Amino acid sequence: MTWVPSTAAERDAMLSVIGVQTIDDLFASVPAELRAKSWALPAGISEMAVRARLEKWAARNAGGVTSFLGGGAYDHFIPAAVDALTSRSEFYTAYTPYQPECSQGTLQSIYEYQSAICRLTGLDYANASLYDGGTAVFEATTMAVRLTRRTRIVCHASLNPIYRSMLETHVANLDLELVDGESPEGAACVIVQNPGFLGDIEDFTALAERCHEEGALLVMSFYPISLGLLKTPGEIGVDIAIAEGQCLGVPLNFGGPWLGIMATRKEHVRKMPGRIAAATEDAQGRRGFVLTLQAREQHIRREKAMSNICSNEALCALRALVYLTLLGKEGLRDVARHCHSKAEYLKKRLSFAQILNHGPTFNEFAVRLPRNAEEAADALVSRGFLAGLPLASLGAGEPNDLLIAVTERRTREELDAFAHALEEVCN
Amino acid sequence: MQLSYEKSVPGRRAIALDPLDVPEAVLPAALCRKEPAALPELGELDVVRHFTRLSKLNFGIDSHFYPLGSCTMKYNPKLAEAVAALSGFAHLHPHLSTSPAFWKHCQGAFELIHETEQWLAEIAGMKDVTLQPIAGAHGELTGTLLMAAYHRDRGSKKDTILIPDSAHGTNPASAAIAGFKVLEIPSHEDGTLRLDSVKAAMNDSVAGIMMTCPNTHGLFEPAVAEIADLMHANDALVYYDGANLNAIMGIARPGDLGFDVMHYNLHKTFATPHGMGGPGSGPVGVGERLAPYLPGPRVVKGEDGFELRNLEKSIGRVAAFFGNFMMAVRAYAYMSHLGKDGLRQASENAVLNANYIFAQLKHVYEPAFDLPFMHECVFTAVPQAKKGVRALDIAKALLDRGFHAPTVYFPLTVKESLMIEPTETESRETMDEFCDAMLEIAEAVDSDPESLREAPKTMPVGRLDEVRAARQLNCAC
Ligand SMILES: Cc1ncc(COP(=O)(O)O)c(C=O)c1O
Repeated sequence: MTWVPSTAAERDAMLSVIGVQTIDDLFASVPAELRAKSWALPAGISEMAVRARLEKWAARNAGGVTSFLGGGAYDHFIPAAVDALTSRSEFYTAYTPYQPECSQGTLQSIYEYQSAICRLTGLDYANASLYDGGTAVFEATTMAVRLTRRTRIVCHASLNPIYRSMLETHVANLDLELVDGESPEGAACVIVQNPGFLGDIEDFTALAERCHEEGALLVMSFYPISLGLLKTPGEIGVDIAIAEGQCLGVPLNFGGPWLGIMATRKEHVRKMPGRIAAATEDAQGRRGFVLTLQAREQHIRREKAMSNICSNEALCALRALVYLTLLGKEGLRDVARHCHSKAEYLKKRLSFAQILNHGPTFNEFAVRLPRNAEEAADALVSRGFLAGLPLASLGAGEPNDLLIAVTERRTREELDAFAHALEEVCN
Repeated sequence: MQLSYEKSVPGRRAIALDPLDVPEAVLPAALCRKEPAALPELGELDVVRHFTRLSKLNFGIDSHFYPLGSCTMKYNPKLAEAVAALSGFAHLHPHLSTSPAFWKHCQGAFELIHETEQWLAEIAGMKDVTLQPIAGAHGELTGTLLMAAYHRDRGSKKDTILIPDSAHGTNPASAAIAGFKVLEIPSHEDGTLRLDSVKAAMNDSVAGIMMTCPNTHGLFEPAVAEIADLMHANDALVYYDGANLNAIMGIARPGDLGFDVMHYNLHKTFATPHGMGGPGSGPVGVGERLAPYLPGPRVVKGEDGFELRNLEKSIGRVAAFFGNFMMAVRAYAYMSHLGKDGLRQASENAVLNANYIFAQLKHVYEPAFDLPFMHECVFTAVPQAKKGVRALDIAKALLDRGFHAPTVYFPLTVKESLMIEPTETESRETMDEFCDAMLEIAEAVDSDPESLREAPKTMPVGRLDEVRAARQLNCAC
C-alpha cells in the first residue's frame, strides 16, 4: 500500500548515488534511544476497502432528510458548476501563491473574490479569507484592539453563542475584558450579528453612530445570503464586517472546511489580518496580481504580526467566488427573496406554536413549541425532517424553543408537510 | 486575462430558480440595501470558461514538481477526494452534534473523528488528540492556550515562550497572540539548537519552548531530549511544531522525545490538498500534562455509541464544531490505506529523495549546513548572489524550466536560502530532471546571468511590480 513510485532497484541506485548502504543509514542522526517506542497501527488496506469502510460510515449519518437546521450553517443549493470548477487540480493541488508568475489563476481569483465581498458588503477592502465565522470574531476583536488601543470588548446579545464561547477561549490569556451589552463607552468594539442568532433583523445604524462618537468600532457578523436584500454593513456604518461564508457554495461538511470572511474600511486596511491580493503590472505593462501588504503577516513580522494566520481557506473562497459569479447580480437577490418569502410562509403555518421574534426576520426564526423541542426534533427525524435546532442545547432558549431555518431549497409542499408533521408531534 | 467583471453583460444570467411557489414577502425598505450587489452578469459557459482559463495559469502538484521546503507538497490521492465527496459526510449538518436527540444520526461521523484521533495519537506518541484546530497556526495557538491553562491552573505566572530563530513565523506569532512574551533563541552555526543556548535563556518566567524536529534546516535536533528534560525540571512545557513530521513517521515520535503538546498538519504529512493556501487542518496532540485541558466538546465512546463530552478543565471551543472535518476524512483514507508499513515507508522515501537531490546538487550549490539532512535540504545561494544571481532569480528560472521553485528566503537564519523538499511521492526521473535544471541554471550564473535575472519569460506574466502594488493598493474593483 503506497503512493511511493520508487522500486527497490531504484532505491538501491539512489542510495549508491548518495553513498550509503541502506535507508537506515540516512537516519543516523536519530539516536537509538530516541527511536519510536511503539508503532501499533493497523496494516494498510486497499483503496477498495478504504472506500467500503468510509461509505459505511457515511451511510450511518442522516441522509435524505429535509432540513430546517440552521444556526450559523445553511442548506443552500450548490450549482453543479461550483464543484466542477473548484475540483480542477490546478486549483486544489496548488500552494499559496508565493511565486506569482505561476499562480496568476489563484491570485486573480482572490482579487475577484475580494471584489465580490466588497460589492456585497459595501466596504472598501476584503482579505483573501480567514478560517471560519467564529475565528473571524476573534480576529476582528484583536484588530479592533490594535486600532483603538482599548481592551474592553462588548458582545451584543445577537451574537451566535458558539462564536461568543470561541471568543472567550481565544482571549483567555489576554488582558481583555469581555462584557455583554451594547454600550460602546470606553470599548474597543461592540460585536453584533445581523440577522441575530435567533433570526431578528436589526438596524444597527444608530449603534454605529454611537460607537463612532465614543471612539469604538462596530464589528458586525453578517449572513452573506441575506445581503441579497438587507442593508449592507457599509450602509450601516460597520467598521469591520465578518461572516461565515459557508452559505456561498460551500457544503455543510459537518462543520468544516468553511470560510471566514472579513471586510473593512479603507482607513483600517493596514491592521487587517490575512492575505490580500492586489493588481499591479510587469515590466512590459501587463496586468498581474500579487500578494500585498505582507509586512502585516507572520512570515515577515513574526511575533508582531497582525495575526498568526498562514494557511487560510482559499479553496472555499474560490467556491464562494464561483457561486457568486454564477448567481450574479439578480441571482443573489432571487435566492435571498426565496429564502425570506418561504420562511414567512412557514411562520404563518405554525399557528400552534408561539413565534418568539417580535420584529422582522430573514430566513430563520425561533418558536416555542407546546412540547419539548428535543423530543419533537427526535420524533421528526423518522418522518424525514430535521426540524431545527433545539435552543436549550446551546443554552440559548427554553426547553421548548426551536430555531427553524428555511432556504430556497424548500418547496411549498415540503413546508406544508413539515408544518403538519410538527403540529402532529406536538399534539 | 480579463476580470469576470469586465466580461459582464447587463441582464445575462447563469442560474435561474423555479418561480416562487409561495406569496412574495417584502421587508421594510429601511432594512434593505439600496442597490443590488454589482456581481458579474454572465452565462454559465462564460463562467466555466473564465475559471477553466484561470486554472490553467497555475502550477499544481498534478501538473508540476513542487519542491517547496517546509510545505510537504506530496501527491494528494484521488481516493481522498472521492471519499470526501460522499454525501453522508459532505452534506451533514454539524448541529446534529449539538443536541443529544440527534446523536444517533451522526454516528458515522463521530466514529471517523474518534478513529482519526486515535491514529494520530499513536503516530506521534500522544495521549489524546483534538481535531478542532483549523490549520497549523491555529494548532499552535490552541497548543499555547493549553500551555497557558496549565500554568494558570497551577497558579504560576510564567509568561514567556522560547522560540529558536529558525522557527516558522507562525510560532512566535501564535505564542504572542495567545498572550505570551516571545524570547528568540539563536541557533548554533551548525544549524541545531544547543542545550547551552536554551539554558542561558532559562528562568522562572519561561512557560515553555516551541521546537520543530527535524527543524526548518532539515536537521534532527540532537539535544531535543535534554531540552525537554530541562523544561520539565523547571515546570515548563515543550511544544512540537509538526510541520516536519513527514521525516520521522515510524522512526521517532514526539511523545517519546518528551514533547507535551504538538500540532499535526494534515495538509502536509497526511496528503490533504493545499487548495491554493487552504483549507488545511491542524489537529493538536497532548501528553498527560495537558490532556485535561483539551478543547471540547470531545467525541467519546459511550454505552449506546459515540457521544459528546466536555472535560471539566477544558479551555472551551477553538472551532465551532470539529474543525476541518473533511480534511480528517481525507487523512483517514490516507492513513488507513498506507497503514503501519506504508506510513513508515513514506518517511523513509521522503528522506531518501531529499538526500538524493542533495547528493546531486551539493557540489554546485553551497549546503547551508554540514550535518545530514532529513526530508529536505537547504542550500545558500550566497556564492551565486555574489555573481549577481540571487535565490529569487534561481526560483524564477526554474519556473521557465517547468518546475515550481523551492522555498526561498525561509528560514530567515540562512542567507539566500533555497529549501528543497521533494517528498516521497516523486519519481527518480522527475528529480533527475529537476537536478539537471538546477545544474544548468548554476552554469548560466557564469555564462549568462542576465537571462536568469530576466526570468521568467514563459509564464503568463513576468516579474510583477510589488512596490507599485502596495503603493497604489488596488485590491478590488
Ligand atoms: C514549519 C512550519 N510551521 C508552521 C506552519 C504553519 O502551518 P499552517 O500554514 O497550516 O498554519 C508551517 C506552514 O507553512 C510551517 O512550514
